[in-house]
Amino acid sequence: MQAQGHVFKYGDNIDTDVIIPARYLNSSDPADLATHCMEDIDREFVKNVQAGDIIVANKNFGCGSSREHAPIAIKASGVSCVIAETFARIFYRNAINIGLPIMECPEAAREIESGDEVRVDFDSGTVENLTKGTSYKGQAFPPFMQKIIGAGGLVSYINAQ
Amino acid sequence: MGMTMTQKILAHAAGLPEVEAGQLIEAKLDLVLGNDITTPVAIHEMDRFTKQQVFDKDKIALVMDHFIPNKDIKSAEHCKEVREFSKKFDITHYYDVGQMGIEHALLPEKGLVTAGDVVIGADSHTCTYGALGAFSTGVGSTDMAAGMATGKAWFKVPSAMKIVLNGKLPKWVSGKDVILHLIGLIGVDGALYQSMEFTGEGVASLSMDDRLTIANMAIEAGGKNGIFPVDDQTIAYLKEHGTKPFTVYEADSDAVYEKEIVIDLSALEPTVSFPHLPENTKTVRDAGEIAIDQVVIGSCTNGRIQDMRQAAEILKGRKVAEGLRCIVIPATQEIYLKSMREGLLEIFIEAGAVVSTPTCGPCLGGYMGILAAGERCVSTTNRNFVGRMGHVDSEIYLASPAVAAASAVTGKISAPDALGL
Repeated sequence: MQAQGHVFKYGDNIDTDVIIPARYLNSSDPADLATHCMEDIDREFVKNVQAGDIIVANKNFGCGSSREHAPIAIKASGVSCVIAETFARIFYRNAINIGLPIMECPEAAREIESGDEVRVDFDSGTVENLTKGTSYKGQAFPPFMQKIIGAGGLVSYINAQ
Repeated sequence: MGMTMTQKILAHAAGLPEVEAGQLIEAKLDLVLGNDITTPVAIHEMDRFTKQQVFDKDKIALVMDHFIPNKDIKSAEHCKEVREFSKKFDITHYYDVGQMGIEHALLPEKGLVTAGDVVIGADSHTCTYGALGAFSTGVGSTDMAAGMATGKAWFKVPSAMKIVLNGKLPKWVSGKDVILHLIGLIGVDGALYQSMEFTGEGVASLSMDDRLTIANMAIEAGGKNGIFPVDDQTIAYLKEHGTKPFTVYEADSDAVYEKEIVIDLSALEPTVSFPHLPENTKTVRDAGEIAIDQVVIGSCTNGRIQDMRQAAEILKGRKVAEGLRCIVIPATQEIYLKSMREGLLEIFIEAGAVVSTPTCGPCLGGYMGILAAGERCVSTTNRNFVGRMGHVDSEIYLASPAVAAASAVTGKISAPDALGL
């Protein structure tokens, strides 16, 4: 599996409140949520995001509230992958469970900049910055999580068992 | 190799003699929790299961607390969806307007969680029940759906941080100051993926309400859970609130901790987290002159009876500063009733505060106290992120009920000593 797109770059501790503010949590419709994705940190995101684009952030991405609406909004806005130095643990779990590809890759997360074109190969764990000509090795998922991702999320995994 | 308290509970729930940090396990669940925001998403996921069932109708708690009484039509539709789901599966512990409370204050009060339990909840502050000696952690809606259907969840066994509490808290310093101080020390990702195990002779002097407040904010340090040893006070609390049989687990003497932090409770002072992260802590003494527009006293962190009593002790015979809004929210119907019988509500109203029915409302910027651009709020809630309580240009200062009440009177960030208390 591969992802390729332009990067939206953010810093440390991007919390789920800025990814999808609670004032929009009276909806659980993914398309609805996507129209407000990243609104409180980047009002331009929704206007500029294209299918396949990639979010790159530094430490503790997705901290705070456990709202699954956050990875749902990111996925529904067309983002193909989130790369971060580290993820907050509930966001990490939620992303796997709903089938939003994520990767922990500290070096790539620190060096990649907004607008760079990046390609991610999930099988080999490689992150390539096509704009700068650099390449990084991300952390592969443990086999158990790969099975969930491979099945297309937790519900499909349980159904298959 | 020795196990921590958390590891022992997880090993038992997984049916294994021992587990170690990093191991992936499948554990049996004693309770699965959801609220009016997260449950609708879980219900949509439940619809995708080939087998339509809940594992145990007595081990699921659905609490309508975030946007209720319904704040708008969409919220009303969400609650209706959960109400119908509860009827369809005959869910025993469904709590709606009139019986509900803020989930993490309600479940311990109703005796639905006990020592040794494994609990997941589609709400990040599910870590609160660690105060009762349970393993409990926040998850998303899909995990909640899988938990409701199968009664099981997968976990990566966490490594641990040991927090040794010594001494005794001074007057007007409470559990909130302990946890804010700790987050200030280690940062918002200081305990990422770890269990935060509280121990030490100082634990005995902390009330159950203090412990619930401390465990509640473990997530604000990135922790998987926060957990307290079970002592006489815990057992008395569990017996007072429920009949569920409990199991006491203790950490082995050779348990492995990644880090140890020692806190002298007697040296702590009233503490405030400045915008926009809980780790930006200062003592009130060092806070400077910060004028405020609003005070909120309530939430799953600080809406319990001890919090109401402390706020009332300060507001008694005093007035909320001119031009300041003070909103008090007892966290459950029971706490509301107790506050009424003890005369606390009268004190709040006479001081010029308003008292609301239980709701999470303002904490997450839902309703009931939204901030405008440029406004500042001292709040006993748990997060001060950008835009959390309203406009992205508003500011939240997290503090204890004592600091919040004192600040409501002075109109600026203050400790009770500013009022001669």
